[in-house]
Amino acid sequence: MNKIKRYFNSLFLLELMKGLYLTGRHMFRKKITVQYPEEKTPQSHRFRGLHALRRYPNGEERCIACKLCEAVCPAAAITIESEQREDGSRRTTRYDIDLTKCIFCGFCEESCPVDSIVETRIFEYHGEERGDLLLTKSQLLEIGDKYEKEIATDREADSKFR
Amino acid sequence: MLETLYHLISQYILLPLTLFIFPTDYQTEAMIFLQTTIKVIAIVVPVLITVAYFTYAERKVIGFIQGRIGPNRVGLFGFRLWGLGQPIADAVKLIVKEIVIPLNANRQLFVIAPILSLAPALAAWAVIPFDDTKVLADINAGLLYVLALTSLAVYGVIIAGWASNSKYAFLGAMRSAAQIVAYEIAMGFALVGVLIAAGSLNLGEIVSAQSGSLIHWFWLPLLPLFVIYFISGVAETNRAPFDVAEGESEIVAGFHVEYSGMAFSVFFMAEYANMILIAVLSALLFFGGWLSPFQGIIFLEDLFSWVPGMFWLLAKTSIFMFLFLWFRATFPRYRYDQIMRLGWKVFIPITIVWLVVISVLVIVNTPPWFN
Repeated sequence: MNKIKRYFNSLFLLELMKGLYLTGRHMFRKKITVQYPEEKTPQSHRFRGLHALRRYPNGEERCIACKLCEAVCPAAAITIESEQREDGSRRTTRYDIDLTKCIFCGFCEESCPVDSIVETRIFEYHGEERGDLLLTKSQLLEIGDKYEKEIATDREADSKFR
Repeated sequence: MLETLYHLISQYILLPLTLFIFPTDYQTEAMIFLQTTIKVIAIVVPVLITVAYFTYAERKVIGFIQGRIGPNRVGLFGFRLWGLGQPIADAVKLIVKEIVIPLNANRQLFVIAPILSLAPALAAWAVIPFDDTKVLADINAGLLYVLALTSLAVYGVIIAGWASNSKYAFLGAMRSAAQIVAYEIAMGFALVGVLIAAGSLNLGEIVSAQSGSLIHWFWLPLLPLFVIYFISGVAETNRAPFDVAEGESEIVAGFHVEYSGMAFSVFFMAEYANMILIAVLSALLFFGGWLSPFQGIIFLEDLFSWVPGMFWLLAKTSIFMFLFLWFRATFPRYRYDQIMRLGWKVFIPITIVWLVVISVLVIVNTPPWFN
């Protein structure tokens, strides 16, 4: 009986029809394509994009050159050199991030005791020449200054989960 | 409308041209030659345009089935037009690209192969009747001619695989050869069924034999043969789910791995032209060609009597062309031994049995088809 049923099924292409019915139905489904430059997918406030160095509201840079981020960075993308400033505090003289090495894991942000190095939501950037993606301390601070508002609200939104 | 255009061109362009250029002794022949050329252009150019937009339709349809929207960026003159400029952009890209001929390839065969696969696909259109009057060559053995030319296409594939001097191309060619030979037989038998039913090899007469109404068409008495014909057609054109000759996941791209630029796109055009050919043949042989589907229905027949027969043929053809795309989006590729089993052990026996059935039906003059 089963054999007859199988012959019947395959001779009349019943299973193939089922497959065609399924794909035919899907043709009229709503399309899920996101047309990128015009439309964008929603972003989490934990999005890990371009790096930035933050400052305190009084303008003092947060980074205290503890070098935890440099130590934790799995891709060894961060290079830090530090010196004593005139007022006796320890500050970085050099803070470079090699974006071509960075894997955007977010460990640097996690390890930072003063919330200085952060990853912003910016992901649409590019470099046109060799070295364009090697960010120096001044560039990082600039990014931080420019997007401080967004960075602050994102940290605020995430603070209750920490 | 097409007739008027043709007569205008004939009267005001070709006639003066012949009278001026050719000596008086050859003017009649020259005129016939030029008129035929115009007709050939009138068939080949629309076919090639259809091929171009068929690729667009394929990407659109498969995209829609997969929940995407397909190409919609390339437009014309700054308008997007749902990506209708895409085939043109593709064509320009392929024309501009370099044709690389591998070092140890057989140069002559390598160049001939794509031409050899496209030419039969276009030549077969000579006998396709678009209407009860519009046919380029109204020859008696039309069906035989079509069968012969569709079989020729396999040489392009085999020669391409051989001339490329590449193991993947060769594997693809071998697969394609075995597959096409297997399905050619089933296809031939299906066409023999049509031949028995219509009592003629002339495609125009085959269509005329189906006139009456929707149920007079041959799809009903020849249903198994139609199904087998269409599936064999899919196999014949190396389309999914029978596309082992290309088999991207196993042998890269099969017979056309070594081809690039325009040489590759000629293969591509041949494949799509063959698909369109199979679609139009299915419409002609089994679905009443240019006959209106409302024939024999009292009110609707008069309502649609103004629609030209060509429209019905093209509408039916489009449905079958869509089926090709639908199949590709639905079915996974057959395993090679399954393809062989299906061709030799399923299709050929069924067609032979149905040939007997259809012969009996014809002999006892079964209404409504054979009385």
